[in-house]
Amino acid sequence: MNALSRFFRRLEGPQTLGRGPGFWIGFLVVLAGACAYPLFSDGYTVGNTVYFFTWIFMALGLSLIWGYGGALSFGQTAFFGIAGYSYGILTINFGAAYGFTFVALLFAVAIAALFAALLGYFLFFGRISGVFLGIVTLSVTLVLERFMAQTAGPEWKIGAARLNGFNGMSNMPPLTLPWPGGDIVLFPDVQLYYVVLGMLVLVYLGLRILVNSSFGNVLVAIRENPERAEMLGYDIRKYQLGTFVIGAALAGLSGVLYTSWGQYITPSSMGMTAAALPIVWVAVGGRSDLTTTLVGTITVLAVFQALTIHGSQYALVVMGVLLVLTVLLAPRGLIYALARLIARPFSSRASNGQPGDA
Amino acid sequence: MDVGTLAFSALYQFGDAFAFLVLSACGLAVIFGMMGVINLAHGEFIMCGAYVTVSAAHAGVPLPLAIVLGALVAGLVGALVEILVIRHLYDRPLDTIVATWGLSLIGTQGTLILLGSTMAGVGTPFGSFTVGDYSYSLYRLVLCGMAVLVIAALYALFNWTRFGVMARATIQVPHMAAALGIDTRLVYSLTFALGAGLAGLAGGLYAPTMTLVPTMGTTFIMEAFVTVVVGGADVFLGTAPAAAVLAVVKATMTSWYGQLAGQIGLLMAVIIVIRVLPRGISGFLLRERA
Repeated sequence: MNALSRFFRRLEGPQTLGRGPGFWIGFLVVLAGACAYPLFSDGYTVGNTVYFFTWIFMALGLSLIWGYGGALSFGQTAFFGIAGYSYGILTINFGAAYGFTFVALLFAVAIAALFAALLGYFLFFGRISGVFLGIVTLSVTLVLERFMAQTAGPEWKIGAARLNGFNGMSNMPPLTLPWPGGDIVLFPDVQLYYVVLGMLVLVYLGLRILVNSSFGNVLVAIRENPERAEMLGYDIRKYQLGTFVIGAALAGLSGVLYTSWGQYITPSSMGMTAAALPIVWVAVGGRSDLTTTLVGTITVLAVFQALTIHGSQYALVVMGVLLVLTVLLAPRGLIYALARLIARPFSSRASNGQPGDA
Repeated sequence: MDVGTLAFSALYQFGDAFAFLVLSACGLAVIFGMMGVINLAHGEFIMCGAYVTVSAAHAGVPLPLAIVLGALVAGLVGALVEILVIRHLYDRPLDTIVATWGLSLIGTQGTLILLGSTMAGVGTPFGSFTVGDYSYSLYRLVLCGMAVLVIAALYALFNWTRFGVMARATIQVPHMAAALGIDTRLVYSLTFALGAGLAGLAGGLYAPTMTLVPTMGTTFIMEAFVTVVVGGADVFLGTAPAAAVLAVVKATMTSWYGQLAGQIGLLMAVIIVIRVLPRGISGFLLRERA
């Protein structure tokens, strides 16, 4: 019991914004609002909102790797794509009966994590510094995109699943809940919304506990000063590799949910533009905190979609401008700056514990 | 087929790969080696050079002059970018990558909006020649010669000119150089412009051989990144040998299994190299020498 309460006390701590009853009441209000939201909306709009949610896992993973760990990974979409394709291949071959889609989800995420572990071993145990890490991960993503784009021929198939080159895979079964009296197929609608919302809350709270645990503290110490962390006796390579794998698994989860949501995945979901977007969300939101990343991702995605409706061509230009301006004017993120501004009058401790920029 | 033609074929493919790697990487390498900045908008500077070159060629400017024009315009855009964005971020290298990626998005999509999804190209000049059973493009040999010329010119620039001395001083100890009266901000601006101009030159040189699309920069950047990572921070001791080694890998893999295998081979090579030599070939050579 004591251990359990200590575990839950880690939900707040020095590495996350937001503490005390005020924050958690606000959290519950938002959560209640999110739960009640489908009551005031139609299935189509709710399904659309799920689309936003699917991306947040990847953003949270990037926040962990980049914001907390200080290692800039451009390869999040590679893991996204690997898991997405794995899910497609598994479910097309083995179907959706007996809840296999959730087994496929786990396998797909595990494959992405395994790939990340292999790549991360070479990167972190080679002691690749920040800038090079970004380049190599980006190169991996681009090569993977090109590889998948040339798989159009009929010889590129795994079991019954054709990879289909640039057109991508489609018609894989969506996530399906086994249920007495008939399986529930989770099309982009209210049921899927609740499933993904549940996952989101779990991942968010789980990550809060992780970053406030000793693992998270060491991670931030590595971001602030790798040499000092090493002198204190921590094998920083293992910590960085661990973070990288967790972040990749979250990106993989995004990939599976995306694939299941639209029942398709294409190589361009790993391309240069696709790889840039997570960076925009996380940088604009405020990479060094989970909550600001979450809020920032939803905000930027909503703005992006609104722009796409009104003038699709300009949306990406606006994203680019937003990214450059954020880096120049609010390096720690727009939402982060806003959150500190709001929090200042309420908290007497707002001024201490300011970690430097990664 | 006799051994001579076979050897020529292999040499030609090696030269082709070597030229592509050197030309696409040298701009990136100058900026990274001198300033420690990775310019993710590198591909867009290449695209800029290619577009300017082709537009000028369509307007009747002879191709060599059009290529020079492409390099100049890309260099000017580079100077502008340095003044507006990069200058404010020198103490935050990771943020520079992110900002230049924003610029890359703006560049690609802006070109798409302004100039449409594709642009009529110009034909490859010089025609071809035959050795044995195969015919080869003469222009590829010219490109190979240009790659060697660019390395030689950069060597001359950084070792024998006043700008080169000032640039190297600025890189080694910036505040000492500033104390000696060197305008370090100007040196950084010029270096960045030089790197962007070299990217524009690569774009201009390859413009006749490929289709002009706004995303054409991505065809270059993977190779450019890989060469710079393997090479390390020094342009001469790093980029050139790295390009030579990687060209062997790329040419071999490409002739066996095709274009994509060449790229995968490059990627494998880089991942193995960074595990063994984290600071690249130049880091290894310089440590040996010291």
